[in-house]
Amino acid sequence: MAAFDQELDASGLNCPLPILRAKKTLNSMASGQVLHIIATDPGSVKDFDAFAKQTGNELMESKEEGGKFHFLIKKS
Amino acid sequence: MEQKKLAIIATKGSLDWAYPPFILASTAAALGYEVQIFFTFYGLQLLKKDLALEVTPLGNPGMPMPMGMDKWFPVLGLTLPGMQGMMTSMMKAKMKKKGVASIEDLRELCQEAEVKFIACQMTVDLFELNPAEFIDGVEYAGAAAFFEFAGESDICLYI
Repeated sequence: MAAFDQELDASGLNCPLPILRAKKTLNSMASGQVLHIIATDPGSVKDFDAFAKQTGNELMESKEEGGKFHFLIKKS
Repeated sequence: MEQKKLAIIATKGSLDWAYPPFILASTAAALGYEVQIFFTFYGLQLLKKDLALEVTPLGNPGMPMPMGMDKWFPVLGLTLPGMQGMMTSMMKAKMKKKGVASIEDLRELCQEAEVKFIACQMTVDLFELNPAEFIDGVEYAGAAAFFEFAGESDICLYI
């Protein structure tokens, strides 16, 4: 996994909390910085893809590892 | 790109039906939408500082019942005193276990994201509701005010 600036563990949280927490964390970050999100909600895979498309933040990576979902989002 | 707009009418005042308006509003706000929720009739219960929302299996054959309760308590059994309270506590416990946010939390997240809450003035008068029991930041208006925003919205939902 590529380098990141901040990490958000949204494990155990269900829709729409992972997205809302991610948005809040991104708000406090600078443009170009990368956020690593960890989630256990299987719906978050499609949701983070849709979130990135609609907000213009780039979803650099999306993968499942050890039963958890990992996302890298670069703030636009 | 111009900011998208979501208009929601929230008409229901039960715990389960409290979720769709607040989930959709908070998510839309996170996606950059400008959002307004117009609370009318039983939906006004969702604006109270002290929420006492409940679920009821009555008249709702779609509600999954824990431990095969629907088999042991057919419809008439569900009218027993305390049944609604019990179903509500079981539902809340299940939501907590599954990491589903509370209505209080989602409502607060909506307000943080500047979702506008509008209470239907007519219903407030009709049911003699006390605005002092509502959370702060609620505006009061009527149908015409709703259309001013809804008419320009990209998505308009009746819940």
